Amino acid sequence: MRIFISRDAAALSVGAEKTAQAIAEQAQALGLERTIVRNGTRGMLWLEPLVEVETPSGRVAYGPVTPDDVASLFASGFLDGAAHPLCHGFTEQMPWMARQQRLSFARVGLIDPLSFDDYVGHGGFAGLTRARTLTRAALLQEIIDSGLRGRGGAGFPTGIKWRTVALAEGPRKYIVCNADEGDSGTFADRMLIEGDPFALLEGMLIAGLAVGASRGVIYIRSEYPQAIATLHHVIATARHRGVLSDAFDIDVRVGGGAYICGEETSLLESIEGRRGQVRAKPPLPAHHGLFGRPTVVNNVLSLAAVPWILANGGKAYADFGIGRSRGSMPVQLAGNIRRGGLFECAFGITLRELIFDLGGGTCSGRPVRAVQVGGPLGAYFPESLLDTPLDYEALAAAGGLLGHAGIVVFDDSVDMAKQARFAFEFCAIESCGKCTPCRIGSTRGAETLDKVARGIEPERNLELVKDLCTVMTDASLCALGGLTPLPVLSAITHFREDFGPRRAL
Amino acid sequence: MSAAAPWNIRLAGELIAAEIDAARAFYGDDGEGATALLPILHALQRTFGHLPADALPLIAERLNLSRADVRGVLSFYHDFHDAMPGGCVLKLCRAEACQALGSERVAEHLEVAHGLRPGTGTRELTLQNVYCLGNCALGPAALVDNELHAGFDEQAADALLARLRGAPA
Repeated sequence: MRIFISRDAAALSVGAEKTAQAIAEQAQALGLERTIVRNGTRGMLWLEPLVEVETPSGRVAYGPVTPDDVASLFASGFLDGAAHPLCHGFTEQMPWMARQQRLSFARVGLIDPLSFDDYVGHGGFAGLTRARTLTRAALLQEIIDSGLRGRGGAGFPTGIKWRTVALAEGPRKYIVCNADEGDSGTFADRMLIEGDPFALLEGMLIAGLAVGASRGVIYIRSEYPQAIATLHHVIATARHRGVLSDAFDIDVRVGGGAYICGEETSLLESIEGRRGQVRAKPPLPAHHGLFGRPTVVNNVLSLAAVPWILANGGKAYADFGIGRSRGSMPVQLAGNIRRGGLFECAFGITLRELIFDLGGGTCSGRPVRAVQVGGPLGAYFPESLLDTPLDYEALAAAGGLLGHAGIVVFDDSVDMAKQARFAFEFCAIESCGKCTPCRIGSTRGAETLDKVARGIEPERNLELVKDLCTVMTDASLCALGGLTPLPVLSAITHFREDFGPRRAL
Repeated sequence: MSAAAPWNIRLAGELIAAEIDAARAFYGDDGEGATALLPILHALQRTFGHLPADALPLIAERLNLSRADVRGVLSFYHDFHDAMPGGCVLKLCRAEACQALGSERVAEHLEVAHGLRPGTGTRELTLQNVYCLGNCALGPAALVDNELHAGFDEQAADALLARLRGAPA
């Protein structure tokens, strides 16, 4: 019977390594050696370090377990799944787990992420195996039928993108995986890579088959050292096992700490060894991408959804979800929330259910005042809009966006004028500088909000901010300048009372 | 803190050559341009702790770029720096999810109580801002010499500084 302790970066950040060590030492001292598997996280981050013990009827969860708890756990017989104040019963029956529809994250937390055999034993490569029996047209049709849309934030239909690249002429094509997960409040890409990395490789292999590409590149942010090490490890394993070869091989490229490189064209520039400045579109990367070759650029979560779709069929995937948002979305609950983590479910669940039923409200115990959905370029929603369902169109209709499905909760101590100013400030720091609305507008926006805060013609200056936002929205080259107005304007619209004279921000 | 090697032009040349070879092996003709540049910058900084001025002409010559091209790229990315950071490097997340958990108070505390402003440092510690470390449910998040920490509040900051100041430099 094995013990599972996560090696996910979030678990390590709260001491999973020390907990694992303490358990190993105690087990040895008592002559009760057990195999300790270092898995991915189950996504219940408030319970990390989570320790799971395998029993004949399933895994039993204990958490959060510090080294100080280890002696009492052994004394109470936790190796047999016995009761203890830290015991949460069978992991699969915990409300957080039982309410999910884990398609892309089905194996995360279950398997040893570095074990090729564990991956295969849990249904890994079933999608690739089926993909190899299909014609290219049939393979593309599966993805189109699934209704899968880009999980990075833009929501473009993945199947259409793939078909465009498949139809493009060229002796060489690329599959580029965007793992430059820079949005605050999101960590799903990291968690997938650290918890089930072979699924990403499989998704890229299938994409390669579908469009006729022989090279894949994973562009990952430097802030994720644990995920980078995991990728290097599993790519070496996949080469050794012959899954990756000259027919399709994958390179890992590490970013340089620039948020803008999450924008697809700037990401391509970065791989080519240049400043991460965005390219004007058209031409689209699908026609003229990496090194000018036809290129699929997909987010980690889009590619990780592909093996399930191929194994189970596009229609089965489309059976989940609502409206034009098909399938499942790994939602990340973050910020001031009692139970934060990753929760994968079909589209349609409301923000309120996520934040209150699952997240348990704020961790400070104070009322929820604002919720930012979709990262730093997403809108701030007030409490009154929390019945909005998770759905690309519904969130857009409410003046926001789904983005990468990060939900950041703020309590009533938040100063929304500061948050609006930060949106401009962040845009100024991270702007690539290529287009004027973003490069200059962001700085002017922050200055103008400072005037509002100082009580200098607040009404007139707020009008000026709105006007500036129109220019940025309409005239920026990419989403950084184009969407920075979203958090700014939503803060002004829903939290107007915060935009008055005060001491300098 | 991992020990940085002193600048060594021969070792630097080997690191650069290895990255160029790797890029050409993987990308074929497509890898003949500057595509090895970011891996080169990372490799040199990992080895030498920073990117000394002497590295620039070397990289430029090997990649057939101008020094201005190389300078332009390395100055674009927040990760690369041309001076050796002093002491321990603390990267404090200042993005929204950590703001919701009080990262701004931590930053203010570091300045008021310890005289540390982002981008500056003391003998013991260099403070840098970072925007998202992917630990958004357990913030405020911080990287202390590349080790990820959760719940990095004012007390955690005080404890880190006390440890650094107590330790021999």
